[in-house]
Amino acid sequence: MHDRGAWPSDAPIDRTEHELADWEVLTDALVHSLAGEGLLNVDELRRGIESMPPDEYEQASYYERWIYSMEAILTEKGVLTTGEVDARLGS
Amino acid sequence: MTFAVGDRVRVADRAHAGHHRTPGYVKGRRGRIERVHGSFTNPETRAYGSDGLPEVVLYQVAFELEPARTYVDVFEHWLEEAR
Repeated sequence: MHDRGAWPSDAPIDRTEHELADWEVLTDALVHSLAGEGLLNVDELRRGIESMPPDEYEQASYYERWIYSMEAILTEKGVLTTGEVDARLGS
Repeated sequence: MTFAVGDRVRVADRAHAGHHRTPGYVKGRRGRIERVHGSFTNPETRAYGSDGLPEVVLYQVAFELEPARTYVDVFEHWLEEAR
């Protein structure tokens, strides 16, 4: 048995490993840079991840959750404006 | 209330809407202090942009849960004295 906070589950744990893609390494670096600048701490990062809609959380990978949280927290703080990242990506 | 190794404690069974580190499966459960980790900034306030001060004492608590003894780190303000 394992758990995720308050949700016990008997589902098997995915223990597969993979080589990190460049975007995953960059995501990690970005979070640590933001922390160094005092713009995002690990507890805010966790809160942002917890705020994900459950179905999006389930579908997202580890670093996709970091990206979701980073964008949410920085938008909340006014560092980013709503939709700014999407606009810059042209999507 | 400060606890020492060996003390019997109970985890507060209260709702908390915001970010917190106390897992739901130990709320209301009795346990035993295994270790005093020291004092740390409070993640419940740090998660909302605070500096997390004042620091709060963090304990390792042992719970007899099925199917196994389980160790969970719990901050002091979630613990009550258990008799």
